[in-house]
Amino acid sequence: MSLITLSPINCERWQRFKNNRRGYYSLWIFLILFGLSLLAELIANNVPLVIQHEGEWYFPIVKEYSELDFGGDFDVVADYRDEYIADLINAEGWMLWPPIRFDYRAINYNLPGPAPSPPSVENWLGTDDLGRDILARLIYGFRISVMFGLFLTLATSVVGIAVGAIQGFYGGKVDLIGQRFLEVWSSVPTLFVLIIIASMVPPSFWILLGILLIFGWMALVGVVRAEFLRARNFEYVLAARSMGVSNKAIMWRHLLPNAMVATLTFIPFLLVGGVTSLTALDFLGFGLPPGSASLGEMVSQGKNNLHAPWIGLSVFVVLSLLLTLLVFVGEAVRDAVDPNRTR
Amino acid sequence: MPLTLTAPARAIMIQPLLSIVNLTLAFRGAADAEPAVRDVSFDVLPGEVLALVGESGSGKSITAQSILRLLNPSAARYDSGQIHFSGQDLLRTDERQLNRIRGGSIGMIFQEPMTSLNPLQSIEKQLSESLYLHKGLSRATARPLVIEWLQRVEIRDAAQRLKALPHELSGGERQRVMIAMALINEPDLLIADEPTTALDVTVQAQILRLLKRLQGELGMSVLFITHDLGIVRKLADRVMVMRQGEIIEQGVTAEVFDHPKTDYTRELLAADPGAPPAPIKQIKPLLQVANLRTWFAVNTGFLKRVKHYVKAVDDISFSLAEGETLGIVGESGSGKTTLGRSVLQLIKCEGDVNFTLAGEQAPHNLLQLNAKQMKPLRRHIQIIFQDPFASLSPRMSVVQIIAEGLKVYERLSNAELEARVIDAMQQVQLDPELRHRYPNEFSGGQRQRIAIARALILKPRLLVLDEPTSALDRSVQKDIIDLLQRLQREHGLSYLFISHDLSVVRSMSHRIMIMKDGKVVEQGAADAIFNQPQHPYSKALLAAASAPL
Repeated sequence: MSLITLSPINCERWQRFKNNRRGYYSLWIFLILFGLSLLAELIANNVPLVIQHEGEWYFPIVKEYSELDFGGDFDVVADYRDEYIADLINAEGWMLWPPIRFDYRAINYNLPGPAPSPPSVENWLGTDDLGRDILARLIYGFRISVMFGLFLTLATSVVGIAVGAIQGFYGGKVDLIGQRFLEVWSSVPTLFVLIIIASMVPPSFWILLGILLIFGWMALVGVVRAEFLRARNFEYVLAARSMGVSNKAIMWRHLLPNAMVATLTFIPFLLVGGVTSLTALDFLGFGLPPGSASLGEMVSQGKNNLHAPWIGLSVFVVLSLLLTLLVFVGEAVRDAVDPNRTR
Repeated sequence: MPLTLTAPARAIMIQPLLSIVNLTLAFRGAADAEPAVRDVSFDVLPGEVLALVGESGSGKSITAQSILRLLNPSAARYDSGQIHFSGQDLLRTDERQLNRIRGGSIGMIFQEPMTSLNPLQSIEKQLSESLYLHKGLSRATARPLVIEWLQRVEIRDAAQRLKALPHELSGGERQRVMIAMALINEPDLLIADEPTTALDVTVQAQILRLLKRLQGELGMSVLFITHDLGIVRKLADRVMVMRQGEIIEQGVTAEVFDHPKTDYTRELLAADPGAPPAPIKQIKPLLQVANLRTWFAVNTGFLKRVKHYVKAVDDISFSLAEGETLGIVGESGSGKTTLGRSVLQLIKCEGDVNFTLAGEQAPHNLLQLNAKQMKPLRRHIQIIFQDPFASLSPRMSVVQIIAEGLKVYERLSNAELEARVIDAMQQVQLDPELRHRYPNEFSGGQRQRIAIARALILKPRLLVLDEPTSALDRSVQKDIIDLLQRLQREHGLSYLFISHDLSVVRSMSHRIMIMKDGKVVEQGAADAIFNQPQHPYSKALLAAASAPL
C-alpha cells in the first residue's frame, strides 16, 4: 500500500475538514500567501531578476556583480537603481525587475519628502521612518513570522509529545517526578530570562527559537500524557503486550495515534501562539536583531508614527489576516478530528 | 396475569393505554438513509407487561425513546406515524405538554444507573425535583413522600440516606433509586430500557422481583425492553420481537415461546449455548497456579503511606491440564478479570504460576522471569477480551492486526505473512478477502473472530477468554462458542474461561471455579458444581440464574 492511502478514519476527517468551507478556504488562502512569501526574493528585491548585457546573462539575485562588469568606473557592487548604471545596462541590453524594487532593508533615498512617506507609485504602501518600503517589509516579515511559528510548533510538539508519552506510558515515579519538574519549570518567567539573555548575546532567529522552545515545550505534555495514561490500559494495548510487542512499538503504533487526535487540535493554535510571541518580543525590542524584517518591529513603528497611519494600518491588516486565517484553519481541524464526532 | 384475549376481542373490550401506529423513524445524515424503525405499530394495554425483544441494533431502544421524543430532534427524523397516549398524539404535542407527561404519566428507567443519575446531587434532591415539577411540592412537603418511596424500593435506612450521592450507592441501589424516581409520580406507563443488563445476576433477580411487585401495587403498564429471553419468560404478559427496525412477531408470551411463528424467533429461542464439552482423555498439566495474590496498595494520608490493600486476587490456587477448560465464575468485582491478567503477567502479582511447555519437563515459573525471559513464552499464552470494539485498534487494517504478534517472533516475508494471516482467518471462518478492511466495517461477532485469529496465529497453548461472549448477541454467542470448542478439539488448546453467564460457562467448561471477593468459594467438576453446589454463595448464584420470580 502506498504512503498516501488514508485510512477510512482519516478519509472521513479530511471530508469533514473540506465540508467546513471557512476553514478549507482559509487553508488555501494561507498556503498561497505563505507560498508567495517564500518567493519573497523574486517579488520584492532591490536588484533586477535577470540582466542581459552585451550578449551575456547576469543574475544579480544569486551573485553580486561589480560596476566594472557593466562598464562603470569603480570596482564596487553595482547599484542597479542608480540611473547612471541603469542607463549603461539599458544601452547595451535590458533588465527585468521584480514588481517591487526594494527588499526589506533597502532604503529609498529618492523620497519626495522626509520619511515616513505616504503610499506612492514607487512605494505602494509608503515607507517607514527610515525610508524602507513597507510592502517589501511586510512580505519578508510574513515569511519570517510564519517560519518562526512553524519551527517553534514543530520543535515544541516533538519535545512535548515525547515527554508526555514517556510520563503517560510509564506512569508511577517517572510521572510524579516529571509533573513536579513541569510545575517548577513552567513558573520560570520567560520574558525576564529572555531580557537577561538578550543583554548577553544578540538574539538571532535560532537563539530566540531555542529560548522559546526551552520555556514553551510544556504546552502539549499534559494532553499527550493524559491520552497515554488513558490508552495504555485499552484492551488492544493489553493484547499487544500479551503478544510480546515491545514498549517502543506499542507507544508508536497504538498509543501515539490516539494522542495525535488531541495534539492535532492544538497545533494550529500553537502556531498562532508562536507568531504572536515573536511579534510581541519584536514589539518590545527583545526580538530579532535590529534591521530584520519583522512584523513586531513594524507595529512598534506604527505606534511611534501615528501621523503616518499607513504603517500601522498595513501591518495591522496583515497580522490580523494571518492570525484569523490560522484560527479558522485550527477550528476546522479541531472539528474534523474531534473524537466525539468520530463515533 | 397473562392476557389470553384474541386481537379483535381486545380491541372491543379494552382501550389501549398507549398505541403506536405505523411509526417510521430515520437518522439524518446516516449514510445508507435506511430507517432505524420501520412501520412499527403496537398497543400497550392498561396493567400489562409488554416485552420488546431484539438484538442490539434492532431498533428497540429507539422505539422506546421516541415515545417520549427523547431523541435529539436534529438527529432523528420522524417520517410517519402517530403515538397516541391519553387522547394526544405525542409526536405532535408541544414541548410544554410533553414535559408534563415525561416523568408524570410516563416514567422511564435506563440501562446504566451510574450515568442516569446526576453525580453531584443528593438522591433526595433528585427525587423531590420530579415531585416539585409535576405536583408543585416544596422540599419539606416532599420529604415524607421521598422517604416512603425509598422504602418502597427497599433501600435500607432510607431516612438516613437522603443526603447520599449516587457514587455512595451500589449499582443495585442506584437502579432502585432510578425506579423510585420514575415511579414517584405514579405513572400509568413505565418504560424500562434494559434496566438490569448492567447488574449482577443476584441483584438482577432482586430488581426484577421489585419491579413486578410495584407493577402489581400501582396497576401500571410496563414496556420492558431487553435482549434477555429468560427475563421475558418470567416477567412479561405479551412479547414483541424486533429485528432490523421491524416487529416480526408479537403475541402472548407463552404462545410465542412454545410456538414461535418466524424462523428468527425460533433461532433466538434455540440459541442455547449447547452441550458441555467431551471429557479430556489424559491429563498433562499445563498450568499450575499456587497462592496467587494480586493486591493493590491504597495510599492515604499526607505521606501517601500504604494504609491497606485491596485484595483483588487473594491466595488462589488451581491447575489446568492440556486441552482442558476451567470456567471462572463470579460477579463483577470478584477479581476474575484480575486473575486472568495476573496469569498473563499484565499485572504485578505474587505467588507461583508454573507453565509447562509441551515437550519440556520442568515448568517455567512465570513470576520469576524478567521481561526478556518472559518474551519467548508470551506467544504461548494469549488473551481474548470482552469488548470486541475496544480490543482491536481502529487505525489498523485486519491484516495488520492479525500479523502484529507474528512479526514479533518470526521474520517472514510479506507473502509468507499474508499466507499465515489468510490461514488464521480461514480457521475462524472469516473471509480472507476482507483482510484489508478496517475493524469498523465488521460486526461484533466478526470482530471477536478477528481477535481470536490474532491470538491463534501465534499457535498458543493457553487462551485466557475474558468474557468473550458477553458483549455479543445471543445467536452470535453460540457461533463463537462453537468456534472456540472446535479450535480446542483441533489444537488441544487450554482455556481459562472467565464469565458471569452460567449457561455459557456450563457449555464450555470441564471444571468450574466460583470466585467471590478475590477468593475461591468452590471449585470442582462442572457437573458436580451445577448439580450439587456446596457453598451457600454458589447455591445463591445458581438459584438466581434459574429461579422464577
